[in-house]
Amino acid sequence: MIQTDICIIGAGPVGLFAVFEAGLLKMRCHLIDALPQIGGQLSEIYPKKPIYDIPGFPEVNAQTLVDNLRQQIAPFKPTFTLGERVDALTRTEDGGFVVTTVDGTQVKSKVVVIAAGLGSFEPRKPELQNLEHFEGRGVTYMVKDPETFRRRKLVIAGGGDSALDWTIYLSAIAERVTLIHRNESFRGVPDSAEKVLKLADEGKIDLLLSANLQAVNGNGVVKSVSVMDKQKVVREIETDFLIPLFGLSPKLGPIADWGLNLDKSAIEVSTVDYATNVEGIFAIGDINTYPGKLKLILCGFHEAALMAQRAFEFVYPSQKLSFKYTTVNGVNAF
Amino acid sequence: MITFSVEDHTGQVQTLELPGDINLSLMEVLKASDYPIAATCGGMALCATCHLEVLSGGDRLPAPGDAELDMLDTLPNATAQSRLACQIRLNENLQGACFALKAPALV
Repeated sequence: MIQTDICIIGAGPVGLFAVFEAGLLKMRCHLIDALPQIGGQLSEIYPKKPIYDIPGFPEVNAQTLVDNLRQQIAPFKPTFTLGERVDALTRTEDGGFVVTTVDGTQVKSKVVVIAAGLGSFEPRKPELQNLEHFEGRGVTYMVKDPETFRRRKLVIAGGGDSALDWTIYLSAIAERVTLIHRNESFRGVPDSAEKVLKLADEGKIDLLLSANLQAVNGNGVVKSVSVMDKQKVVREIETDFLIPLFGLSPKLGPIADWGLNLDKSAIEVSTVDYATNVEGIFAIGDINTYPGKLKLILCGFHEAALMAQRAFEFVYPSQKLSFKYTTVNGVNAF
Repeated sequence: MITFSVEDHTGQVQTLELPGDINLSLMEVLKASDYPIAATCGGMALCATCHLEVLSGGDRLPAPGDAELDMLDTLPNATAQSRLACQIRLNENLQGACFALKAPALV
């Protein structure tokens, strides 16, 4: 089990900066994020967008801000569990917490800080009857280990970059790949789109354009999918796997069941210290709400600073906190 | 005043009447009117949580731009009438139009 002072859920800009504020007060942090990389929305949704309201930066590219934050917190040696969504939270006898991820990773800490933005990014799912029933039994929303698909029949649905890239990659190892796309053409990277069209021309993949998934069929495991073409003709394609790749969308997920006071999927906090109604759990950044809340990165940074002052009382209950400026004390690395 | 109607996730249709001189997107109007949409990306056409379908009266709306088309292209439930509310400005083009919310409701 991983042991730390503060377990931060969400490695977006606010979660990352919380490591800095905690580090100044000698508190160690472990961060958990459902995405495989740090940076949250900035890295996942808009890495190339300029941001204009970070104090001291007239203009900063979203990914650059994340890279700078990574550099800023490096002296405090944060540890990470990436690509795993949090699942359960339990209280320990000594007043701390254990956070468990869906993959079974456990983090024991004295304080939990939720900096989860709008929740964890989860795959968008097509609206098909019984789809959930086949999840893990032939229906999968991400390619974790390509070897799973060696010499198997696959149907990939979607028209974005990840659908194109995985079609190209998996066509070399799978027995057969069928790509289904709703439109007549692809809007993804032109190079990838060309490669996919070439593979189809050469007969190496089956490409169904202007086609829609209608149903997943099987008895316990996926046996086939039904697809409707432009002429409204439905045909059945035999397959071992269906991989819908329709991008990611944020969801609050299991955090909603942790006994925290919520208002429209946001966690209610006190503006004194950004504490939730559960002692020892704080919420900062876009995930929280309070009168006058503004969903701005700079507000999240402020919230992280105040949170850390109060979290100190949980991590070092017998010590008195004296406030020190970095200009006086510098940054003392762990 | 601009009048248009919105069908929510439960199928209920409500008519909205707004002054034409407020500089807002349809997404911002829907949020301000307490429709349960997340609008995660704040209007950059990057999250599709304001995805809606034009049921009628959409012929005067300017055609979607590249960013909007790219995002719509990734959605499993998009149709030829799909739009992102954040890319539609509130003006007289909306007069008499009818929209249906398509993005999953925020609970």
